[in-house]
Amino acid sequence: MKVLPYFVILPLAGSFLVIFIDSVLKDRKVRDTVADILANVIMLTLFILTLTLFGQSCSYFVGGWRPPFGINFLLDGLSHLMLVAVNLIALLSGIFSINYMSQYTARRHYWALFLLMLTGMNGVLLSGDFFNLFVFLEIASVASYALVGFGTEAEELEASFKYMVMGAVASSLVLMAVAVLYSRFGILNMSYISAAMPGESFDWLLKFSLFLFITAFSIKGALVPFHAWLPDAHPSAPAPVSAMLSGVLIETIGIYALTRVIFNVFSYKSILLANLGVISMMVGVLLALGQTDIKRLLAYSSISQVGYIVLGLGLGTPLGIFGALFHLINHSIFKSLLFLNSGSVFYRLKTRDLNSMGGLNKVMPVTGATSLVASLSISGLPPFNGFFSKLIIIIACVQSGHPVLAVWAVIGSVLTLAYFMKVQKLAFFGKLKEINKEIKESPFFMSASVIILAALCLATSFILLPGVRNKILTPAVNAVLNPTNYRMMVYIK
Amino acid sequence: MIYALCFTLILVGLYGITCKKNLIKIILGFIILDYGINLFLILIGFRKDGIAPILDKSMDINTFAATSVDPLPQALVLTSIVIGLAVTALMVALATRIYERYGSFDVTKINKLKG
Repeated sequence: MKVLPYFVILPLAGSFLVIFIDSVLKDRKVRDTVADILANVIMLTLFILTLTLFGQSCSYFVGGWRPPFGINFLLDGLSHLMLVAVNLIALLSGIFSINYMSQYTARRHYWALFLLMLTGMNGVLLSGDFFNLFVFLEIASVASYALVGFGTEAEELEASFKYMVMGAVASSLVLMAVAVLYSRFGILNMSYISAAMPGESFDWLLKFSLFLFITAFSIKGALVPFHAWLPDAHPSAPAPVSAMLSGVLIETIGIYALTRVIFNVFSYKSILLANLGVISMMVGVLLALGQTDIKRLLAYSSISQVGYIVLGLGLGTPLGIFGALFHLINHSIFKSLLFLNSGSVFYRLKTRDLNSMGGLNKVMPVTGATSLVASLSISGLPPFNGFFSKLIIIIACVQSGHPVLAVWAVIGSVLTLAYFMKVQKLAFFGKLKEINKEIKESPFFMSASVIILAALCLATSFILLPGVRNKILTPAVNAVLNPTNYRMMVYIK
Repeated sequence: MIYALCFTLILVGLYGITCKKNLIKIILGFIILDYGINLFLILIGFRKDGIAPILDKSMDINTFAATSVDPLPQALVLTSIVIGLAVTALMVALATRIYERYGSFDVTKINKLKG
């Protein structure tokens, strides 16, 4: 397929063009507008491109060189599902940024880094060999380190440095694991390595590299006990970037990469992952309960929701993986919506402290209503999407003979409801404070993007209908479960 | 033997990152870790008394394959060094900005984030 490399080329070219245009144009207002339009047109194009690829699985050989000598891009059900989610959230965060980023200077640098991050994520999703996986992982990570520290306030720089040290160690571990695999197989192509895997019994080299991969991607995906950087890093970034980081970045370079390596390359199944997921889920929930900073609370909640996804994946049954991937899509939608809502509130009130909000429903009805939708979705109330995905994960736990895990999942869900009720009560219901009387609703583009996301919270429930499910989620589940398909992919042009 | 030294280098780097209190020393720890891993990659492709992997017209393909070093890890290391450079540059830039804000490189004094 000729279209695959454009997912990397377009945002990469865009990030250079934004800087270039800036040096040509003189007037600051014109410059900013041109940068906004250029970046959003690129992201809209990418999103439309992802929609044209439904039901296809194909590979692209860079420069016409076939593997194992050449580099290839692969698209199957799993990477397509993630590609749609990443580009959708990027587009909506991009639209949100048009108004939101007027608080900051250096718009061109923001867009350049944002598009670079998108390049890295698209590359990770499509890459068919380990070294390119590492390179794109680094592109996405380095751009996100810089974006976390974008405000250059003391706290933001501190969070960025912390994130950076953790992230750099994780990336080094990935490189180490790739090196170990190369020394074992003398090849870097993921499909070929998958075909050369010795099945059940791994020698110590393979065990070592699997251990390195799991550790590295757990750091990137912020699984407990490697979560310490996330509650600092995600709140420090500007709101649309937080939405990208929590909504899709940790899922792409953490969960997706982990799934690909464990299920498709190593064909390794173990309940260990499910237990890691449950620990993440409970630690995230319990730490979120005590927070009064709205973005910090949301960051802890990301840890717990990623725990749900990993729990579903770790079960290894078709239903568990189905629930996990469904929850992954849902999480990217409602978590980015919640972060954008917190951005709208910050844009008007200039505070993230829940105790200085209150009664905001009266002055910001759109933000209030959409955040209520998102809170109900994430706490798992019908008819919103979060209910169905959590229900499926819980059923999958029981079905695969782990009722204890199911009980933990239910407790986690109830506690999630508790702290989101706290957010709603403190921020949007109750009495409006006197100093907040003059607050207006968020500007047009910000409202538009949160309304679209709130509609999607309801619309994604319909993925469960058999007709839609077979088009969107079933190919992804099959891709995870059948490493043989993945091995064959390199031969299909 | 040389592999063991290489792992020692990586562990020294990890020690620097985890145990040192000074930002600059943490960065140095990361650089050592990065170099250790690059060295490991190079070692994989290394062959004692190997020749440069350039195929001459006069050379037999089989003797070439038997005596030359593996060129692929060298290409990978080049890329990885460039990435390491970018990460290190960003780290140093952040460290200088942190010094402007906090007036210190000591991580125990850089602790405005809690919870």
